Amino acid sequence: MSNKSRGLLLAGVGGQGVILAGMIVADALVRAGHDVKQSEVHGMAQRGGSVFSHIRWGSSVDSPLVPLGSADVLAAFEWAEALRWVEYVREGGAVVANLHRIVPPGACTDRRSWSTLYPGIDTDLLSSRTLKSRLIDASSTAAELGNIRAANSVILGSVAAFMDIEHTHWEAAIEHLVPRGTEEVNLAAFRAGCDVAEASVQRRPPDPVGFPGPHQIDIRHDWCKGCDICSRVCPEYCLEVDIDGALAIVDAESCTGCRLCEMLCPDFAIAISPPRDTASLKEPVPLTGEQL
Amino acid sequence: MSIDTTADVAADPKDESEIRPGVLLSGNEAVARGAVEAGVLVAAGYPGTPSTEILESIADRDDIDVRWSPNEKVALDVALGASLGGVRALATMKHVGLNVASDTFMTTAYTGVGAGLVIVTADDPGMHSSQNEQDSRAFARMAGVPLLEPADSSEARDFTALAFAISEEFDTPVLIRTTTRVSHNRGLVDLGPRTEHPVTGFTSNPTKYVMIPGFARLRRPEMLKRLELLSDYVEASPLTVESGGNTGIGVVTSGIAHHYVREVLPDTRILKLGMSYPIPTERIRSFAESVDRLFVVEELDPHLEHDLMAAGITVEGKAFFPQVGELSPDAVRRGFVAADILPPEPTVEPAPPTVTRPPLMCPGCPHTPPFLALRRLGAVVTGDIGCYTLAALEPLSSMDTCVAMGSSIGMAVGMAASGGAGGPVVATIGDSTFLHGGIQGLIDAVYSQADITVLILDNGTVAMTGGQEHPGTGITLQGAETTPVDLVALCAALGVRDVKVIDPYDLAATFSALEGATTSPGPSVVITNRPCVEAPTKVRDRPYEVLAEACTACQACMTAGCPSIVWSDETFEGRRKVVIDPVTCTGCTLCAQICPPLAIIPIPDPVPEVPEHV
Repeated sequence: MSNKSRGLLLAGVGGQGVILAGMIVADALVRAGHDVKQSEVHGMAQRGGSVFSHIRWGSSVDSPLVPLGSADVLAAFEWAEALRWVEYVREGGAVVANLHRIVPPGACTDRRSWSTLYPGIDTDLLSSRTLKSRLIDASSTAAELGNIRAANSVILGSVAAFMDIEHTHWEAAIEHLVPRGTEEVNLAAFRAGCDVAEASVQRRPPDPVGFPGPHQIDIRHDWCKGCDICSRVCPEYCLEVDIDGALAIVDAESCTGCRLCEMLCPDFAIAISPPRDTASLKEPVPLTGEQL
Repeated sequence: MSIDTTADVAADPKDESEIRPGVLLSGNEAVARGAVEAGVLVAAGYPGTPSTEILESIADRDDIDVRWSPNEKVALDVALGASLGGVRALATMKHVGLNVASDTFMTTAYTGVGAGLVIVTADDPGMHSSQNEQDSRAFARMAGVPLLEPADSSEARDFTALAFAISEEFDTPVLIRTTTRVSHNRGLVDLGPRTEHPVTGFTSNPTKYVMIPGFARLRRPEMLKRLELLSDYVEASPLTVESGGNTGIGVVTSGIAHHYVREVLPDTRILKLGMSYPIPTERIRSFAESVDRLFVVEELDPHLEHDLMAAGITVEGKAFFPQVGELSPDAVRRGFVAADILPPEPTVEPAPPTVTRPPLMCPGCPHTPPFLALRRLGAVVTGDIGCYTLAALEPLSSMDTCVAMGSSIGMAVGMAASGGAGGPVVATIGDSTFLHGGIQGLIDAVYSQADITVLILDNGTVAMTGGQEHPGTGITLQGAETTPVDLVALCAALGVRDVKVIDPYDLAATFSALEGATTSPGPSVVITNRPCVEAPTKVRDRPYEVLAEACTACQACMTAGCPSIVWSDETFEGRRKVVIDPVTCTGCTLCAQICPPLAIIPIPDPVPEVPEHV
């Protein structure tokens, strides 16, 4: 019956090997005699974006997509992706989460609080749900085996504990699909993953104290000759030389006080200072202690 | 479905001696497999997600001519020519590619075919990797061409093989429409043998193939007559499948939506249309009369719904099911809940907040430096389709438009003509996109002596779709060496006097070349010359690192948006310093060129091993 199809979600970041891992799982399921559908998205999402593979199996599978709240297992190759997809896991389902962190550059853009938007590793986020969670450090396990490249096989080994597939099928699928010459290390990594220890979560240092407000940019216009050096180096695009060669502050709010313009100005025409006007001082952003 | 669990499931499906059940194939591979089994001899296309792997999966066959064309129209022209020459021919493209090929497509419906001609268009509902989510089914109606919609890999193989037979029986091209969830879904496929269809040869027949008005007027009634015959065919065709019991409601559906309906209403009566244009109207009418409430569940536009309404059949559809985006089991369930067919679902505990992860330009991407320069120059940038479109996002924020393949140059000409740009006008376009649809725009720039700069980002591949060959690479899809198009000579031959080739990894040279080009009158062309770092070969040089003691946390390097550079836990004057991930850094040197305190240097020996994932 189609409504008894089971579901596995693999999630990670473009370049992590999620799609190949999905092919290995699907191949193992076929070897175990199941009808299988595996769905993923190629193309633009692979460019460092969030990548996922839905796998469904049973006697006869209809939807290739796992409905919300119905996955038996979520295998996350990266911490933030575990959080993103956890709502797909059914009550009593399992989450295997690799504690590897891939912080996207877009998470490093708040130049007021200097907090990243990347979620801290907080096991409560998973354990508060009615599911079985297993947090692992696949890269370290693979490195101990002498080849960090086999981390994904460690994850699959950990996933195998929650799936009813004989190990001979897993191993045949791995041997068949991994790059030639890496069969042995990947099989060893898979076996290591089967009884990998729960990773210990390390607390990270707190974020720096937040930036109180924009710095003050002062321009001595009578010294400025409009050479354009300052506007070209400003990382925040605060300055612009207009069509008449006059330097203008186009974004006074974004100055972080790096003083590149001040230091590189050949005419000493720019001075940067911390906020003078106490009214513009902003409260430091409260820190949660573990944003990065 | 019978599954042979003893066979080595992974044997090469391309080997037609492997005739056996239960092989996992993607929808794209299955389309190709169906064409192989149908004896296709010429297959042409242009890469485009989600269609690309159709041709790639059979590129290593030496008994089929498999080729990339410069664009989809040429691909369809090639396939049509081959068909008239008497061989079964396939043309593949993504949905927006059919727009490009539509000029030929509309008139093939008049000419008919020689040997079987099948066109595959892969739609992208939800726009996973596309600029729109147009529903290609409209093209079938507009042209008067039969349309098949496989729902999974098994049907993709079966329908493709059948499409060739329909094409020859009715003397018509046949359109197959897949969607992302069919093309990129793997499922079990039973492999059959290849049947050979030797070349039957071309028979000159000007009244059929020369579409001057006098002859075309004769062909249009033929096309309409053929549609009537197809309507009769589909009424009795096994392409229409009824399933389910007697639950009072009935659902008419097609494609992947069929599986979603079965997922959420496993016992409901379903009439699944394998051919969704023309539709089996009378069969649907009797189905409708046997149920209390009739629903249509279809992805994107209400094509079937409108057809049924036009036939006077009472039906409910888009009132409950979204017209925007992809369907899913969840979306279909919500629709049936709204229609009072299903009880409301218990709510799922939502996911905790996490970081957004939009796609990015890769570490070391040679497209990044020119966009840094364009942002500093305050250029108005008309963009195009490719990886570089990501320059529209923070922190590069240096692309102002992106509409269709090749549109960048014509739009730049118009922007310059408007006089309202407010800055130098630069069109940015990739090498393959330029050859696809950009050349005509450049001809116009020369013809009108437009004050624009065209930046051709030549990375030697079709990068966005995974690194395919194109006429500029000098290699064919099947690996043969050929004469590459010389972009410099081409631009000069079109009449561009100011053509420069630059190394985009040299930021200063890139900046000054673009500054010079944008301030010179008339059309100018700047061509970058670094290959894509991911395909066809991975470009990896010694990675760089940040000397933490020298980093002043100025954030200048962060303006490049390189995914290898992130904040560290160390600070300078309250600002976060940065670190470089040595595993993903390609050693392109861009950040080292930007860094004012020279804090970014090559990693000293020994260089850490760069892992590849399994």
